[in-house]
Amino acid sequence: MNWDEFVQLTVIGLTDGCLFALIALGFSIVYGILKLLNFAQGDVFMIGAFIGYFVLTGFGGPDAPDMPVPLLLVLMFLFAMVGCGLLGVVIERFAYRPLRNAPRIAPLISALGVSFFLQNSALLVFGGDRFYGSAELDSGLYRFPQYGLQWGPLQISILRMLTVGLTLVLCLALTLLVAKTQIGKAMRATAVDREAATMMGINTDRVIAFAFFVGSAVSGAAGVMFGLMFDNITNTIGFENGLLAFTAAVIGGIGSIPGAMLGGVVVGLAQSYTTGYLPSGATFQDVWVFSLLIIVLLVRPTGLLGKADIRKV
Amino acid sequence: MDDRSQQPPDGPRIGADEWVARQGEHRRQNELTRRLGRAGERIHPAFRFFALVAGIAIFGIATSDQYYQRVGFNTLYYAALALGLNVVVGWAGLLDLGYVAFFGLGAYAYALLDSPKFHHHWPALATMVVVGFGCAIVGILVSLPSRRLFGDYLAIITLFFGQIFYNLVGNLSLTNGQNGMTNLDPLNFFGFHITTVRQYFYVALILFTVVTCVLWLVNNSRTGRAWRSLREDQMAAQLLGMPVNWLKLLAFAFGASVAGLSGTVFASLEVNIFPNNFYLSVLITLYAIVILGGAGSMPGVMLGAFTIIVGLEVLATPDNARLLFYAVIAAGLVLWLRPWFWVPIVIGGTVAFGFVVSAIATAAWPDATKPTSFGGQNLTMSSWVVELTNPTRGGAYAYGALIAAVLGVTLLKGWVQKVALIPVLYLAAFAWENELALNPSVTAEILLGALLITLMIVRPTGLLGQHRVEIV
Repeated sequence: MNWDEFVQLTVIGLTDGCLFALIALGFSIVYGILKLLNFAQGDVFMIGAFIGYFVLTGFGGPDAPDMPVPLLLVLMFLFAMVGCGLLGVVIERFAYRPLRNAPRIAPLISALGVSFFLQNSALLVFGGDRFYGSAELDSGLYRFPQYGLQWGPLQISILRMLTVGLTLVLCLALTLLVAKTQIGKAMRATAVDREAATMMGINTDRVIAFAFFVGSAVSGAAGVMFGLMFDNITNTIGFENGLLAFTAAVIGGIGSIPGAMLGGVVVGLAQSYTTGYLPSGATFQDVWVFSLLIIVLLVRPTGLLGKADIRKV
Repeated sequence: MDDRSQQPPDGPRIGADEWVARQGEHRRQNELTRRLGRAGERIHPAFRFFALVAGIAIFGIATSDQYYQRVGFNTLYYAALALGLNVVVGWAGLLDLGYVAFFGLGAYAYALLDSPKFHHHWPALATMVVVGFGCAIVGILVSLPSRRLFGDYLAIITLFFGQIFYNLVGNLSLTNGQNGMTNLDPLNFFGFHITTVRQYFYVALILFTVVTCVLWLVNNSRTGRAWRSLREDQMAAQLLGMPVNWLKLLAFAFGASVAGLSGTVFASLEVNIFPNNFYLSVLITLYAIVILGGAGSMPGVMLGAFTIIVGLEVLATPDNARLLFYAVIAAGLVLWLRPWFWVPIVIGGTVAFGFVVSAIATAAWPDATKPTSFGGQNLTMSSWVVELTNPTRGGAYAYGALIAAVLGVTLLKGWVQKVALIPVLYLAAFAWENELALNPSVTAEILLGALLITLMIVRPTGLLGQHRVEIV
């Protein structure tokens, strides 16, 4: 086995996994509270990537940015996160809230409709492919030709380091938000029993809207990162990566924040190793991830870190 | 539409019961429709179905236009497909998002068994039997890992399965990748070759009839009743001794089998099939059919298939699409606006508003807008809606504004809402002429997505669906 290649694949797997983990985080937060599979999460991620792109081009583009690149990156993330957060709130308000007490299949179908609507609206409004021009940004950022860090076999581009760092920060922030703050407490109460939480004086509608805001904002950040890392964004990246993120959430244990992290990394590594070591692995990486999902569900139906869901009637 | 969710939480809102009560409000019918409905119910379903099939068969004889025959064929095989999906979604209450993969599986199985690729030329009936049972087995295998779990896992696994299928057939050399399978044999039953579109129309009609009869019998059997009990309350069904897991697998197997059979018929007419024939847009179309018609109701699904497929066909030609667009808006206004006097006010107001805006816009920005043309066919349209000379930018903004405006209008109430409708309607027309009508295929998919959301909120039972109560 080639050691250098293994290290490099691990790095790629970890960083790609962070992207899936970020989308899965948003997905898990919403699922934890509403028990709703928000199929539109992936498409919110895609919109985030486009918002980042428009901020980038709006401030001069990757070749000649109007401001220092770090500041530009901060602005891109900020706009994408706020924009996607608001989009998430709007989706919740108009597509899910009227179905709060409907049979469980109703919001799922509505979510499917939202996903399809967003995907095609993006095609209509934004058109086909867009390019971030990340290579120029990367060099503009720290004047390294291509790699941020080079240490023996280890080569990590600055953007990949940024991805991992931001993912860790966001994951930590979300964990603290849910565990320590008052709104986090309200979120947990709403997740356990919505009606009881309402009776305790919690404005559950507002709590749910907040959860959508946070979850979608995280997805928006992931969208910008995707654009920076892979350069090319289209209207279908949301569906494809969203699917992998759902898988990550299920593998890690649906509804659990550390589970989403772990699942994302597992999916990322699985993708990267199959690409590297299996014949035509890049073409069929989805197939291997799917097999992994099936195996995990057969061995541990609640996912790696999920708790058994006990239902009382 | 959700006035009640605006009320303070101390109002009478008691979970699922409240939702059911709210849906009950839609049940108000007038005397005429109730009488017609009763008269219809007196006829035995078998006779009603026989009349339907006879009507479709006469349509096949009457029309000699290949285009109409093709649309008829599409409607019929989509109806059969949607009936299969209805087993899983409508009767068993499970979300199957990989349904299209089974459709594709049937089509590709036909392509491998009846094409020059491997020089197999099986008789069509043999292929159909293999496909029917093969798809059922694959359906069971796919749903097996999630049998112990909730529907949510099933949704993800089936969605992923659909993606995997697309990925595999798009990349394997066995299926020629994105180049697709070409030159498939025409259907051949006992040496009789089906070649013309009209003959295929009748093959689809037979498929539709057989699927309907089998599913109708299944639905009225022990299994069908067990499915419905499973849908209403899984735990209660389990306590009554029903084999819940087996029932779920069976529902999947039935759905998959119907999808596979439709796939063979589809593939044989198409002659060439590609991975993109079996992807998301077909899935969404099928869901739109089932939900619009009414999940769980067989006549509903048939009506849904007719409405959606003919509607999509109309949308594909620009002039008809425009007509349909304005007709649907006008019909929606007539049905929804109460009291009646608002209908002429809103429509008249929109027209007047449009003329004013159009006159101002063409005077103010003569370069950016097309000149108002008097004469020709579109006299009213072109002098009413501002048409941009370069609609790429403005059209996109108008579309974004339209979404925001439509969402905003649903938040308003009373006369304010009705007055606000006037500019929103004009904006809709503007966005339609300058953006949506220019991209018919994307527009059709956007409308399908929007239709799913709107239906789930306004009328989750669809056109002919039964009301059901889910006790949580």
